[in-house]
This record gives sequence, C-alpha cells and structure tokens, in this order.
Amino acid sequence: MARRAQPLGLWAGAAAAALLVVVVFGSLAAVAWRAEGAARFGPADWAALRFTLTQASLSAVLSVALAVPVARALARRRFAGRGLLITLLGAPFILPTIVAVLGLLAVFGRSGILSVGLGWIGMEPVRIYGLHGVVLAHVFFNLPLATRLLLQGWLAVPAERFRLAAALGFGPRDVFRFIEWPMLREVVPGALLVIFLICLTSFAVALTLGGGPRATTVELAIYQAFRFDFDLGRAAMLALVQFTLCAVAALVVYRVAVPAAMGGGLDRPVERWDLRGRGLAWLDAVLIGAAALFLLTPLAMIVVNGLPGLVGLPGSVWLAAGRSLLVALGATALVIVMALGLGLAVVGAEGAGRARRAAGLEALGMVALAASPLVIGTGLFILIFPFADPAALALPVTALANAVMALPFALRALLPALRRAEAEHGRLADSLGIAGRARLRLVLLPRLRHPLGFSAGLAAALSMGDLGVIVLFAGGDAATLPLQLYRLMGAYRMGDAAGAALLLLGLSLALFWAFDRGGHGDARS
Amino acid sequence: MTLVLENFLITQGDFRLEADFTLPEGARAGVIGPSGGGKSTLLSVIAGFFAPQSGRVLWRGADITDLPPDARPLSILFQDNNLFPHLTAAENVGLGLRPDLRLSRDQHAAVARALDRVGLGDLGARRPAALSGGQQSRVALARVLLRGRQLLLLDEPFAALGPALRAEMLDLVREIVAEAGLTLMMVSHDPRDVRALGGVAILVAEGRADAPAPTEALLADPPPPLRAYLG
Repeated sequence: MARRAQPLGLWAGAAAAALLVVVVFGSLAAVAWRAEGAARFGPADWAALRFTLTQASLSAVLSVALAVPVARALARRRFAGRGLLITLLGAPFILPTIVAVLGLLAVFGRSGILSVGLGWIGMEPVRIYGLHGVVLAHVFFNLPLATRLLLQGWLAVPAERFRLAAALGFGPRDVFRFIEWPMLREVVPGALLVIFLICLTSFAVALTLGGGPRATTVELAIYQAFRFDFDLGRAAMLALVQFTLCAVAALVVYRVAVPAAMGGGLDRPVERWDLRGRGLAWLDAVLIGAAALFLLTPLAMIVVNGLPGLVGLPGSVWLAAGRSLLVALGATALVIVMALGLGLAVVGAEGAGRARRAAGLEALGMVALAASPLVIGTGLFILIFPFADPAALALPVTALANAVMALPFALRALLPALRRAEAEHGRLADSLGIAGRARLRLVLLPRLRHPLGFSAGLAAALSMGDLGVIVLFAGGDAATLPLQLYRLMGAYRMGDAAGAALLLLGLSLALFWAFDRGGHGDARS
Repeated sequence: MTLVLENFLITQGDFRLEADFTLPEGARAGVIGPSGGGKSTLLSVIAGFFAPQSGRVLWRGADITDLPPDARPLSILFQDNNLFPHLTAAENVGLGLRPDLRLSRDQHAAVARALDRVGLGDLGARRPAALSGGQQSRVALARVLLRGRQLLLLDEPFAALGPALRAEMLDLVREIVAEAGLTLMMVSHDPRDVRALGGVAILVAEGRADAPAPTEALLADPPPPLRAYLG
C-alpha cells in the first residue's frame, strides 16, 4: 500500500518481456522443433565444435595475458594522451567487426604492411587465414576490453593500501605479491569468461578469416548449412548445440561476478611510490606503445586506404548505407523502449518488495547474452518461412535481432541509474503524488539522460556494424552496409571495399557520438 | 480534531517502536531522542512510506493508515533530496499544485506569490544547484505553503545548515505554521531547536514514542533515557 504502483512501467515492461519471450524463446522453440537428431552430428560438426572451443579459449587466455602488463603499466603511469588512449580502448566495442577485419588485413594480410616489410628483409609474407587469424582478430577486439576490466581492478584497490605499501618500503615485487596478485585472482576469471563467451558467438571474424574444414566455428557452420545446403534441419541442430554452449557459458558468467568495463572514471592514475627504477619506466612505455600500435595501426589503415575510394563509391553502397541507417535507428528505438519498460518494471517490482519477480525480469533482459545472433536468426527464419518470404522481412528482422542483442548492455547501463533515481527522488515523488506518465517525464527521464544516450549510441553503433542475422535473410538486393562490404571483399573489389569500410566506420562512430552526446547536452546538476 | 496514533507498532527486523498518543491540532511538536531511536522512522510511517505492523493513524477522526503518501493530509520534508535537481525552483514549487506540472495561469501566479512569501521572488528560474542551502530550504517551504496540507512533518531538513541559517529557517517555519494554522512535527537532535518551537516535545527512545509533553517541563526534568542522551 505504501508505494504507488506504476501502471506505465508495468505495461511497457510486460510488452517488452512478451516481445523478448517471443523472439528468444520462440526462436529457440522453433530451432528445437526443426533440429534433426544427434545422429547427424558428423565429424565436420565435431570439428566445428572443437574449433569453436579452441579459438575461444586461446583468444581469452591471450587477451587477458597480454592485458595484465598493459593494464598495470596504464594504471601506474601518467602521461599526455593517457585519457584519450583509455577512451580509445572502449572503441573496439562499437567498431564494426568487418571493418576491423579489413584493417587487420591491411596490416597482417598477404599484401599488408607487415608482409611488405618482411619482404624487404627477404622473408615470407605472413598468412592470416585460419586459427591464428581468427585468434588475432579476437585479441584485437578483446585486448582493449580485458585491459579496461583489469584497469578497473587496479583502480578498485584502496589508495591507502598503496600508501601503506610505501610506508613499509615495498618494492614493485612486494606490491605485486601482496596487492596486485590477490586483486588479479579476483578479476581475471571474470574477464576470461566474458571474453570466452564473446568469442564463442563470433561469426563475422570466422566468416572472413576462418572457413574451410579446419577453421569453422559452430556459428559459421549454421550459416553454411543454411546458405550452401539450405538444410534447415541441420542448421537447427547446430543452432541447438550453439545455444547449449552459450547458455552454459553465460550461466557461469552470471555466477562469477563480472566487473563492468563501460563505466567512466578510468582515467585516474594509481598513486605509487615503489617505481623509482628507470628500467621499469622504459618497460611500461614500451608496453603501452606496443599496445597502442597494435590497436591503432589497423584503424589508421582503414582511414588511409578508404579515403581515396570514398568519393567514387558505387550507388549500391550508398543505398546499403541508407538501409543500415534505417535498421540501426529502428533497433535503437526498440532497445530504448524495451530497456525502459523492463527497467521500470524491475525497479517497480523491487519497490513493491517483489524481489523474485524483479530478478526474473532482469534475467529475462540478460537472456540474449546466451542466445547468439545466428541462433535467433535461424529460429526466426524457421518461424517466418512458412508464412512469408524471409528476404522481404530481412531488414525488420535484423533490427529486431539487433535490438534483442543490444538489450543486455542497455539494461546494464540503465538499471543502476533508475535505481538511484528512485532511491533519491522516489519518496519525494510519492509524497507529491507524481505518478504514471508525469513521473516518467518529470522525475525519471531527466535523471536517465546519460545512460539513455549511451545505450542508444551503443545500440545504434552495434546494429549499424552488425554482420549476423542479415546474412541469413538478405536476398540479392536488400544488403545492409556490412553485408555489402563483405560482398565487395568477396568480389575482390578492394578499393570500393576500403571506401565502404571507412564509410561504415564513420557512420557507426557518428551514430554513437550523436546519441551519447545528446545524453550529455543540457545535463545540469 | 487531532492526529491520533492508536496502538501503533512499527517493526523493521530487530527494530521495534511503539506509539499511542494524540497530538492536538495546531500543536508544534519537536521529536527528540537518541539517534537510531526511530524518529525518522516514525515520521516515514505517518507519511505513508511504509506500513505499521499494527495500529492506526487517524486525522480528524478519519483513518488514514491505508492511504498512499500523496493522499494523506500532510507535507513532509526529508533530510535531503527535497527538490528535483533538474527542475527550476518555480517548477519544484509548482509540483505542490499539480504533480504533472500542467499549471494554469492562476496557478503560475500562485507559485510566484509563494516564492515571494519565502523571500525568493526573483529566483524562480534557477535550478537548485544555483541556490544556496538556505534558499533551497525556502523553495521546499514555499511548496509546503502552496500544497496547503494541514500537517507538516519535518525530518531534519535543515540539519546541513549552519546555526544562524538554521535559526532563520526555524523562524520562517514558525511564521508559516502560524499563518496557515498547520500542525507541526519536527525531528531534531538539538534540544535548542525544539525549545525554540515553543510547544511540546515527543521523546522517542527505547522502543517507545512518548505522548507529547510541554518542552520546557520535559527538558527541565528529563526522564532517564533523555537525560542520558542530553548528557
């Protein structure tokens, strides 16, 4: 009786929950229904499963192992451009996979700058296709993520502990043993698991850098069963395998406390007194420089290679860009409505003392973490196929799938802010009778501008660069920009591909910037 | 014509608070006692933020125990967060008239008069961050004035102000209470504030909220728990 029910949140939350249930569980049910027996799980499928696990484990271990020294160097040094570098570490998250792959090819590919350099000293060019190429791309994406996760760990160590270490005369070795090692033992398992989970569902990287019997992920095998054999039963069976894999991993991730990597406040250096040696300073400088070079060179190559091609881009690329913008904006609107609705419902349930309902709703919003894009795509295809031409629905379905995929991130950004707004202003709003729509307009939305803008930017950029569901649904003429880019690469039109990649990169970053910026403008107090 | 707490029992985990008293209409009551004794909790329950374990709250003979917070005949000011930081002073005051802030021309004029009354006539367009602590308190009091609810609960809203400002705010509260004929319950940890109200005091200690007693008499001859608290 004490707290006003919020009918608005309840309705929007119910609608969002219903949509999620239909999309996620509906597609899973479809997949389970069409999946053919385990008898058809042949040697190629075992190979795909093995490869998926191998590359995900390797990628996770390498990313985290490299991130430890880099994060430590970043945590204990201050230098000009440090804040910018740490911000850039967040960029791969919104970087379209296919664009990054093109950048990596320009550096590590057969005719990339590394091979050219090796040629000068009479060495063979490097080969990027296969397991090591896939792992390289995954490390490119996840080294920054791991670095940010670990940096968070360093910053979470109370400053007093380093002061105490200084007072006791600790050297770097002692600091590592008594402060840093215990912290790493807490943070590293979570970071490993998150990256492992991300790499399990990797599709675009495997599609471009893997392939062939020895470098096919389960996700890619789904696509091949679809596209080359049009064998829905086999695709569904593989999708079921993929879902089981991800669900198990996601459950483990859910149980291990995973630090958040997207928060701000990472540009504060840790005050240290044990770092007097010059050798140590040089080591840190080399580490930071190498990491920056590894991350920035491919991005620079996209810009350098793309600029000449940008002017003469064929009309089909611009059309594809237009389609992608529509999809991205549609997905963004959907994400915001669903995240707000679910968020309001979760906080409303918490306020009413229904902790279990709140936890259930929150878990529902996170369920997409366990469902990979191609699993959902396969399920939706099976659902739609009997009634309509999937190609005709390619764009709306892509927007819907992208929205479901971005929802966990949006919900993660929104829920803490929503809880804080209710905790700080809920009683005042209750005492003045501000309820329903007025509460949303006057109390909650103004307090949510930051996370809303950030979530919208994230969703828009992710959707803009997504090369997933669309490959299952698109016919010949309804390509999005990432798909068009992939087709250009397949046709070896590298000039156009480079131009399209720069366009896609620019659009993704611009979308993120515009939305995120919108959340910052006019934010007083 | 009174506020009645009838066989009132509040429980929160191990915490228990009993109350069974009557506060006459128009009274100015200070709520005093050791911290953690339940002064704020008592006000929160009267305001309707959570329910008592048992017992009733009556106002002018009507049972208000089950009413939602905004339907109760009272205004409450908390220790902090009494204003929405993203709304202007005038908007914060206007919420006292219409919780959706769709104000008529007359209502806008009423907001301006209320701001005038608390001495903030020309600061209506400012946001709380651009106001001093004392001015923020005045905005909140202007909203109390405009809401026109008969019972005013103050849960140490001036605790963060310096002594001189706090005395100024208490003067303003006394004036407003007298002008509008309000009944006042004010939590304070400072016996001087309660004395300055010149009314009665409710002692909250050892799991009980005592019936209101004349402040001077109570402070002159404090019962043991109050004596321990005053030191």
